[in-house]
Amino acid sequence: MSAETSRQEPAHAFAVRGLTKVYGEGAVAVHALRGVDLDLFEGEITVLVGPSGSGKSTLLNIIGGLDVPSAGQGLFRDREITAFDERALTRFRRDHIGFVFQFYNLIPSLTARENVELITEIARDPMPAPDALALVGLGERLDHFPAQLSGGEQQRVAVARAIAKRPDVMLCDEPTGALDSETGIYVLEALETVNHELATTIALITHNAAIADMADRVIALADGRIAEIRENPRRRPARELRW
Amino acid sequence: MRALNKKLLRDLWRARAQVVAIGAVVGCGVAVFLMSVGTLRSLDDTRAAYYERYRFADVFAQVRRAPAGLAARVAVIAGVQRVETRIVEDVILDIAGMDEPATARLVSIPERGAPVLNDLTLRQGRRVASDRPDEVVISEAFAEAHGFGPGDHLSATINERKRRLDIVGVALSPEYIYAIGPGVFLPDNRRFGVIWMGREALAAAFDLKGAFNDVSMSLLRSASEPEVIARLDAVLEPFGGVGAHGRDDQVSHAYLDGELEQLSTIATIVPPIFLAVAAFLLNIVLSRLIDAERGQIGLFKAFGYTDRAVAWHYVKFVLVVLVLGIAFGVAGGAWLGRALTEMYTELFRFPFLHYRPGGDVFVAAAVMTLTVGIVGTLGAVRRAARLAPAVAMAPPAPAVYTRAAFEGLIPARLLGQPSRMVLRHILRWPGRAAMTTLGLSLSLAILVSTLFFFDAIDHLIEVYFHHAQRQDVTVTLIEPRSAAATNEMSRLPGVMATEPYRAVAVRLGFGARAERVAITGLRRDADLWRLLDTDLRPQSPPDRGIALSTELARRLGAGRGDRITLEVLEGRRPVRELPVSAVVEEYIATPAYMDLNTLNRLMEEGPLVSGASLLVDSARVGALYRALKEAPAVAGVVLHNAALRTFNETMAETMYIIISFYVGFGGLLAAGTVYNSARIALSERGRELASLRVLGFTRGEVSAVLLGEFMLLTLVALPIGCVIGYGLAWYITAQTATELYRIPLVVAPDTYGMAVGVVIAASAASALLVRRRIDRLDLITVLKTRE
Repeated sequence: MSAETSRQEPAHAFAVRGLTKVYGEGAVAVHALRGVDLDLFEGEITVLVGPSGSGKSTLLNIIGGLDVPSAGQGLFRDREITAFDERALTRFRRDHIGFVFQFYNLIPSLTARENVELITEIARDPMPAPDALALVGLGERLDHFPAQLSGGEQQRVAVARAIAKRPDVMLCDEPTGALDSETGIYVLEALETVNHELATTIALITHNAAIADMADRVIALADGRIAEIRENPRRRPARELRW
Repeated sequence: MRALNKKLLRDLWRARAQVVAIGAVVGCGVAVFLMSVGTLRSLDDTRAAYYERYRFADVFAQVRRAPAGLAARVAVIAGVQRVETRIVEDVILDIAGMDEPATARLVSIPERGAPVLNDLTLRQGRRVASDRPDEVVISEAFAEAHGFGPGDHLSATINERKRRLDIVGVALSPEYIYAIGPGVFLPDNRRFGVIWMGREALAAAFDLKGAFNDVSMSLLRSASEPEVIARLDAVLEPFGGVGAHGRDDQVSHAYLDGELEQLSTIATIVPPIFLAVAAFLLNIVLSRLIDAERGQIGLFKAFGYTDRAVAWHYVKFVLVVLVLGIAFGVAGGAWLGRALTEMYTELFRFPFLHYRPGGDVFVAAAVMTLTVGIVGTLGAVRRAARLAPAVAMAPPAPAVYTRAAFEGLIPARLLGQPSRMVLRHILRWPGRAAMTTLGLSLSLAILVSTLFFFDAIDHLIEVYFHHAQRQDVTVTLIEPRSAAATNEMSRLPGVMATEPYRAVAVRLGFGARAERVAITGLRRDADLWRLLDTDLRPQSPPDRGIALSTELARRLGAGRGDRITLEVLEGRRPVRELPVSAVVEEYIATPAYMDLNTLNRLMEEGPLVSGASLLVDSARVGALYRALKEAPAVAGVVLHNAALRTFNETMAETMYIIISFYVGFGGLLAAGTVYNSARIALSERGRELASLRVLGFTRGEVSAVLLGEFMLLTLVALPIGCVIGYGLAWYITAQTATELYRIPLVVAPDTYGMAVGVVIAASAASALLVRRRIDRLDLITVLKTRE
């Protein structure tokens, strides 16, 4: 119970109500989200799980300002991001959100350091690129191009690139999907460090049930709706995870 | 339809914008080729047929007065086929309703039957009758300029007597396809016309009964023209022959030759540029297609398609684009060819002129296009054919980027990451960047090398009319008269200053080379008709020795200080050796100059003048014109302002039309190059750009990464294009220099500015089209899939 009350305290990072997303129309319409209500709290690690097509990525994309809903409302710290225009969404992503994707999406023509500097050059209050890279355990190989790095190293550069601007929220879509377990755990540890040291809110999509243990809360989606919200009594450190 | 062909059609449809853009570039090349070669052929064939059918002579000569019997001696010269003797004189016309005097060339024709050579094509009316000495046939361009036809009348001062001439016919002649009056360098159909009159009537008027002063002849196929000319000169010399010449020195023929030379220069420069750029664009589009379809190629091969079948599949893609381009080109070329032919119909007078490029021209265009296109894409096709199935189905090795060596030299704060992306992408594909730059440079070069014509003509006019020939009127006398004639002219109404000149036909020789030219004697203090040195500074005629015009010096191979042989072709025909004491800049003809007194001493005929330059009070110009119309001794009058006006009305307009075609072509080439290169870059880098958008870069910032590359390449291309353009302009001026005129190599800063503006505008327009696609990048699907 005491845990329950203490959890009432943190502010909302995101609050979405009745979020609906329909792709296409008529006979070919696909309902990706069917009226989702959800809160994400500041400083929390949330893991989203669910089968393919359950709407996880659509939800993440909408709260990250990459997509707009067909209906419903999404608030980020009392600002209605679902009413933002293209320009405001870009600004929002730039100032508040850090993304990490399954396929890293590094810029091949820039070195590890430069990929991070790409963000620090446009951010309002960035940390030095080497610091961001050190935070994810990449103190060396700063001057290698992505093609010269392993998958795990590339993904850690992607995490460093996402955290370098000190984002309020990190949105990670299958960050370990393309990695073996050992490398995957390195990446998750990096996320954990960021959450711990910078109090960054993290939402993470995964197909991997084991990863759910590192979250404060686990949200299961099915068929465009929230099927279950489960709270972990204790976050399990990433280094203890096994799969 | 076979599955592969369906795939081909869909590939083409997906890439339709690029297919059309490349097709347009191919089309421009084909169109210019068909236009220039087609028109060249049409003009060449038409001229040959015209010459043949109307018996245009091969050799021409003028004499003072030769007895009719001399024709028999000319006819027996080895190699001579037919001989026509004539009387040819220039006279002043007084045309009702026109203040200024016009000049006409009177040419005799037989009263009965057709001339043996240089026959007329009657367009209206009839030839002259034998018992009607006042009947004349006039040239069509002159007739049209004044609305004259059979039944109208002309007033001419013939051998110091005013006479009324009755127009009975309007005709064309192979001798005057390009009709240009004495002392001018541009056709002016209002102020110069050709008038054909009965031989006996003209003989009576000029006291040349039983004599002639002009002879032309056709040669046998086996004849040697220089030998015939040498023998003819010997026969005519005692009768005041001034040196025979072949068709090369016949004004109409030579102008037409110059025009054909220009067309053939265009045909050799422009189409290859377009085809080379098209081949490059096709190569990058096809390479990208093949890269994107690696997996599919692997699959085809795994299923048993042969390497040859795969190669043929991609060759067909190229063929469709090329055939589309050829179709554009044939349509455009036919249209442009007709437009150009119509323009030439205005400028040149042919009895028939059809734009009929032979089938072989089309075949040549098609073969050339297909060859260049296929050879240009062979590398990409071969890569597809050689791809092993297992390799093809695996993802391609990631592109290896490196730092540019010079990046370290640029302070980090000046070189942000997006700029590094631009630089490294260029360095990763240097060949492609180089070709894109070259494509843009060549577009610019086409613009510079055509737009510079305006500068060249402006410069020519500036030099000719404002620095060299500053007189308002040049008067030519029927024959040289004593210096007192100058005084008479200075007493004409409105004349503020007069400067006499003496013109003498000479042959100049230096080493093995010889040129037949007119040498002009000017007073040392001449201030209206001035000589200019090669820096365009005025200078006096040399007190001793001779001044050669630049082109004449080049043709003789002589320079300052060389001693050349001067052989006078009239009067006592003195021969002298003289030093070249100056080389003077002249763009029109190939004149030579001496001091008037030195020339007269050399001629041993006393102080004579051939005419004078007049400075006229513009308020009294009407009175002067009236006086000149009545002046008995005057053979020709050149009105400088009128010549300039005519130029602006006719030539300038024609030039604007032709040059605007090329501005369009150059712009299209730039747009096609940037559009295709940027589209390819976008398809290769869509993922990278979408990542930047996700990371919070704005549309503008993301576009800058892609389009910045093309802005940079455009910037690099600009100076290169200006240099190539200057080189092409030089080539054009060198190729088209004739004895009649030279186009000065002058490229004004404005021209570079204009050309640069067009290239930047065309690049920007195509960049904007690509920008719209960058704005519509699908951020989500790009990031969910592995490349």
